[in-house]
Amino acid sequence: MQQEKYAQIEKELSPKPPILKNVMKAFLTGGLICLVGQFIALFYITYFDFTERTASNPTVATMIFIAMLLTGFGLYKKISQFGGAGAAVPITGFGNAVVSAAIEHKSEGYVLGVGGNMFKLAGSVILFGVFSAFVVALIKTILVKFGVVSW
Amino acid sequence: MIRGLLTFQSKPSIYATGVTAGPLEKKKSVFAPLFDKVYEDERCDLPTNEDGHKQLMYDAVLIALSKAKKQPEKIDFFLTGDLVNQMTPSNFTAQALAIPYIGLFSACATSVSSMITAALLADAKQANWIMAGSSSQHNAIERQFRYPLEYGSQKGATAQWTVTAAGAVLIGQHKVDTPVIDCATVGKVIDMGMTDPLNMGSAMAPAASDTLMNHLTGHGRTIDDYDTIITGDLGSNGFKIFKALANENGLPHTKNFRDAGEEFYGNDPSFKAGASGSGCSAAVFLSDVYQKMLTREYKRVLLLATGALLSPLSFQQGDTIPCIAHAIELSMNEVTAE
Repeated sequence: MQQEKYAQIEKELSPKPPILKNVMKAFLTGGLICLVGQFIALFYITYFDFTERTASNPTVATMIFIAMLLTGFGLYKKISQFGGAGAAVPITGFGNAVVSAAIEHKSEGYVLGVGGNMFKLAGSVILFGVFSAFVVALIKTILVKFGVVSW
Repeated sequence: MIRGLLTFQSKPSIYATGVTAGPLEKKKSVFAPLFDKVYEDERCDLPTNEDGHKQLMYDAVLIALSKAKKQPEKIDFFLTGDLVNQMTPSNFTAQALAIPYIGLFSACATSVSSMITAALLADAKQANWIMAGSSSQHNAIERQFRYPLEYGSQKGATAQWTVTAAGAVLIGQHKVDTPVIDCATVGKVIDMGMTDPLNMGSAMAPAASDTLMNHLTGHGRTIDDYDTIITGDLGSNGFKIFKALANENGLPHTKNFRDAGEEFYGNDPSFKAGASGSGCSAAVFLSDVYQKMLTREYKRVLLLATGALLSPLSFQQGDTIPCIAHAIELSMNEVTAE
């Protein structure tokens, strides 16, 4: 049988991913995670000496901490199975990627196992995150320099 | 001309089987009551998943041996495989058993490829007792092929769940009133250009179809000769496609077809398309099918184990998923008059 013909049969019979349903679930999950983050930010602004700008760092750290606990207790993968990208894109998804890899490689020891592998999945997020931040900052600096926009 | 056909003139016998499985399988598998041993801990109370993986296979072998009242020293060859890098769980099992050993890799089709090789050794009178089998351990295999266990990646409806299970089978010279191995067909690697490692059923279905047609034509059989034709781990999606291909190939019906992967967790939707792994086909073939042969509910069966021969590297480098299927035909004689 030809590959093209088989691809056709396969496409006909395989279940289609429910895109609309998945998108709605991702929207709900992602939105809910951000809502929690918002409450935590308000908490830091209200009860500690943080401004809206400076509250983001402790908020992110707290969210990652929560994600780490959920990962350790085996709950984050359940949230992800329901929410898909809604659970993967927020900072909690980053925390999950780091901690899950760390747990997985504990059997090979702390240096070569945990240390060497915990950024196996999250490493590319850091690399491309830092690089794109650099590019965006460079563009903005140039635009500010020529007086197109201001800081 | 059809190649890969094997006929075993002496009809080697299956003397005993041993099947072990993990705690999730104990809770969720419909075949759990048929397994010889189930563990309360997924690592069998050992430090690592890979240690647990080895223990599964080791215990399955010992169970099969104890049923046949044999010691490891009496066994001539040990043929087995798994899905971990360099098959260390099988290697460590072989070390512990101290039986002359050949590791076999046909991915999830190893259950049948090891039985075929064992039958050849018995038929050639090169061995009296051969232990064959295969195993998989969910955590160890997920780590090998996919993401860390606790990583949240969303699985679609075609994804399958690697089972924690092992099956061992003791094969020897022909004996009446035991299931005997009549013939087999060694499959070719078939690659239909599928690339999604979370849809292995679709990739493997054409290989299963190719080997089935070769076996039927080559050995002059029709599907009505079999009480069941059972595939290894196509899963619900792959099984559906496999049956569609059977219709396409002009087979009259598919009502005696079964798939171990689809049935393994009783169509529980949380397991998506069903079970997979080299322990899946071994566990079902050597428990459910074997026991049904002993009671003569099944008199002639075709075990058709399927394997996806990919690695994480080949997938990441953009290669398609090459697949294989091996078939072995077992039969049981009529009740002998006393």
